[in-house]
Amino acid sequence: MSPARTERAVVWSLRGAALAAAAIVGLIVALLLVESIPAIRNLALRLVTDSGWYPAPAATDGSFRITPMVVGTLLITAGAVVIAAPLGLASALFCRFFAPPGVAAIYRRLVELLAGIPGVIYGFWGLVVLVPLISALRPPGASVLTAIVVLALMILPTVALLSESALRDVPQRHLQAAAALGLSRWGTIACVALPAARSGIVTAVILATGRAIGETLAVVMVVGNIVQIPSSLLQPARALTGNIALEMGYASGDHRSALFFSGLILLVLVMLLTALAAWLRGDEHDHA
Amino acid sequence: MTTREATAPRGASAAPPRRRGDRLAAILVWAVATLVAGVLLWIVLDLLRHGLVHLGPAFLLEAPRDAGRAGGIAPVLATTGLILAVTLAVAVPLGLASAILLSEFIRRGSAFAQFVRRSLEVLAGVPSIVFGLFGNALFVHYFGMGYSVAAGGLTLACMVLPLFVRASEEALRAVPDDYRRAAAGLGLTRFAAVRSVLLPVALPGILVALVLSVGRALAEAAALLFTSGYVMRMPESLADSGRTLAIHVYELAMNVPGGEGNAYATAIVLLGLLLLINLGTALIGRHVLVRTGE
Repeated sequence: MSPARTERAVVWSLRGAALAAAAIVGLIVALLLVESIPAIRNLALRLVTDSGWYPAPAATDGSFRITPMVVGTLLITAGAVVIAAPLGLASALFCRFFAPPGVAAIYRRLVELLAGIPGVIYGFWGLVVLVPLISALRPPGASVLTAIVVLALMILPTVALLSESALRDVPQRHLQAAAALGLSRWGTIACVALPAARSGIVTAVILATGRAIGETLAVVMVVGNIVQIPSSLLQPARALTGNIALEMGYASGDHRSALFFSGLILLVLVMLLTALAAWLRGDEHDHA
Repeated sequence: MTTREATAPRGASAAPPRRRGDRLAAILVWAVATLVAGVLLWIVLDLLRHGLVHLGPAFLLEAPRDAGRAGGIAPVLATTGLILAVTLAVAVPLGLASAILLSEFIRRGSAFAQFVRRSLEVLAGVPSIVFGLFGNALFVHYFGMGYSVAAGGLTLACMVLPLFVRASEEALRAVPDDYRRAAAGLGLTRFAAVRSVLLPVALPGILVALVLSVGRALAEAAALLFTSGYVMRMPESLADSGRTLAIHVYELAMNVPGGEGNAYATAIVLLGLLLLINLGTALIGRHVLVRTGE
């Protein structure tokens, strides 16, 4: 083959590989849709109106109310974000504005380590350390609150690292101008740095929310997994992800399809969040 | 400092409100940082305090006994290694090809490049349990692989692909354009330039991409529950089911009463491996900096 022909063949095979890589996400959506069809056709509104979650392989034999799991996921995610967003932002401010350079470098390394700890280990720590602690407060200990704390810790590094990089992108001259105008350090942060980095920080929180919605085993290990809409934060509940993890092993028929359908809900939620984050980021680039 | 005091309204005897705000913010922010560092320390010390007693060469080399309560984790380590091998065997060629295409052969803004990049971005956000469902439907059922090391490895390959592509594309883009011009000046085709100039120069960065992917795969558990399964035997082929370190921790903690001791020890092994990886990327990164003289 001539060099030009080889070159063309190479480029086409590279294109093929890239297309395959890009097609995976489409394949995931397609498969989840196909596997959800029985649930959508046989169960439909029963996913909300049934009396409870007593799944069976055939729709006629069981009841399939997934509302408690949806509520569980939303509660746990919201709680974790409410805790992790301010703490993560404070962490980022600490690194960027408050800590001496040496301390900031060490602290950033710590946060990176925290980001690298697997969900299973967070869950395990929650199970052996937090559950007994919260159980002393009020049994059983495995509860929405425990899951919120564990999940907040897990997503805190995401908020911290991404907000810090957004803060680092704020031009130095803005900060200098603020100082020259006589603003105090906090004034500079609150009136200049935070507004300038706003879209980056919001993106960080959105991405962390996506992580929280999708986290599975760390939640399963500490939330108690009882199918109910909890009446207090100290009660156990079950998340959508956990429901899949606990039941896929033996599910078949409509039950299996209902689990794929809950996976589809999770996927759509996370995709919406990703799109929102991408849109916000694009917005920022347009202004720059 | 002095100028600020001079401009402060009514040179008050106590700190002016503005500086009080500064001090309050500093206190809060330091408190949060201490809390975060404290929790990390708490997690690590708790693992070490309860896990180290179970840890030793025998733990790594022995088979588990009594549902994992006693004995070691040899088959779990072997399964983890095999799954990683499958993951990399698929993700590296596919990912490297995509990265080379994106950085060297098509324009950054072209429709195809945008499409690939957006798709990978979305793929990166897919929750791991959804990867588990996907792998279960596609590899375990449609492809008839059953719960197996191969199905688990393929699922993880899909999962780490976006990370690997992004990191290796960055590594390729970081190669200065002088190299490309010099290669073109010598009459090399673009592919020859990639093979004999750009890939070798970008190798450390690509290694970082590889190591990051291994880290992501090691930490994963939810995507493997229904693809590689949780059998504890030593796998004899890629068609066998088996559990990784992360799943071993989960199973021991959740489903084996009295399994906490070995769960602790396994968690230390897992965390130790991840720390090594972290260190590895830092070392490779430094090597890159030294070489490019930055």
